[in-house]
Amino acid sequence: MKVLIPGALRSYTESSETVAAGATLSAVLADLDRQYPGIRFRMIDEQDRIRRHIRIFVNGEQVRDLAQPLRVTDEVVIVQALSGG
Amino acid sequence: MARNDGKTKVQTKRPTARAQQKPRRVLVMVATRKGAWLYHTDATRKTWRADGPHFLGHVLNHLVLDQRDERTLLAAAKTGHLGPTVFRSTDFGRTWKEAAQPPAFAKASSGEQGRAVDHTFWLTPGHASQPGVWYAGTSPQGLFRSGDGGVTWSPFSMINDDPQYRKWMGTVQDGTPDGPKLHSIIVDPRDPAHLYFAMSGGGVHESTDGGRTFAPLIKGLEVVEGFDRSDITVHDPHCVRLCPGNPDRLYQQNHCGIYRIDRPADEWVRIGKAMPKRVGDIGFPMVMHPRDADTAWVFPMDGQTVWPRTSPDGKPAVYATRNGGKTWKRLDAGLPEQQAWWTVKRQAMCADAGDPVGLYFGTTSGELWMSRDEGKGWTCIARHLPEIYAVEAAALS
Repeated sequence: MKVLIPGALRSYTESSETVAAGATLSAVLADLDRQYPGIRFRMIDEQDRIRRHIRIFVNGEQVRDLAQPLRVTDEVVIVQALSGG
Repeated sequence: MARNDGKTKVQTKRPTARAQQKPRRVLVMVATRKGAWLYHTDATRKTWRADGPHFLGHVLNHLVLDQRDERTLLAAAKTGHLGPTVFRSTDFGRTWKEAAQPPAFAKASSGEQGRAVDHTFWLTPGHASQPGVWYAGTSPQGLFRSGDGGVTWSPFSMINDDPQYRKWMGTVQDGTPDGPKLHSIIVDPRDPAHLYFAMSGGGVHESTDGGRTFAPLIKGLEVVEGFDRSDITVHDPHCVRLCPGNPDRLYQQNHCGIYRIDRPADEWVRIGKAMPKRVGDIGFPMVMHPRDADTAWVFPMDGQTVWPRTSPDGKPAVYATRNGGKTWKRLDAGLPEQQAWWTVKRQAMCADAGDPVGLYFGTTSGELWMSRDEGKGWTCIARHLPEIYAVEAAALS
């Protein structure tokens, strides 16, 4: 499925958009990390919590549960929260 | 381990043979709130070549060269939005590669609230006999080890999950403004199994079994008025350093003064009482002479009332002792004489191995200062950098 990548993570993907596979958000993030090693830990901490300043949307709805099921046609958007300095 | 038995006379005077100091290049590594810079110079240390920014926009808490191979650089990084990581370079920063497995706590059992590393704060190369070994301290307090030059990291020792240590670490609310930290990881140059570390808060700790176990080393240290000094949680060592010229001697800049300890004694002695009263003995960095264990430098700050964390009276100065803390001398030639309201963080002041020793410090206002003569005179070698978090100097052959 299509995954949109925020500017802060484009040093990994070198693109604003990529494709990853998986039946859940967790699996999609694991596939992203397989393609772009290290990218997952910048977004998800070691306790599998989405980091404080990262937001993930699926088809426009914010998702907080990594176990969220996904379909091939879904669009995942990873964004930097409007926070920080 | 080879410790001073208390009877053996320890060589603490500086060597007189200047010829022992082979001319070298010096690399100064500057980690800031918005990236990192490398400053190169030759043995004269008079002209500098700036290389940077590296990781522009990243928060860099520490940038350290492995003096064992003189080529591996590790950088502890994060950004305002992204989680922490470690970058590695083996070509003096021309290229960087991210750690495959940065420091991270163990996954908590189901139903438990596990901790997550907010940032790696401190990096220490391991013992000379253990190439590739590095240690890292994090915020919140955690101790990690790499055995492969910083590519992969694992939790180290029992302290990260030990209930007693977790109690001593306190909560995020008990920590420093930027988060509670594990820092000052020290490896005894005579014995890779002899380690120290410190926590803000949580005291100073020592291991003699390679980190399998640690025990507090806090006797003699004062705490903030009204607290119980037997409670390790309230101890706040800011920076602990071991003397290269006498590894049985350590100095410490603490939240509550400047201290020295001579092992095997287990009690710290407050040597900061000899500082001028109007300046006090509060500060963050503590710098050792590379050969003379009687010489050390500090950078006092205003720790009164609400803790302004500025130079006292807006008049920055380094203070040096040449006699193990019996007396201190103000060294401010070349520094601003007034209205300079910056200070120096705990990792942002260091010495090189030259003779005379070169001293370096980076300020919270983004200036990099150096002295070629052990603090007698100071020169600003860079201005307008972001807030400086760490400065390290390395001699290169």
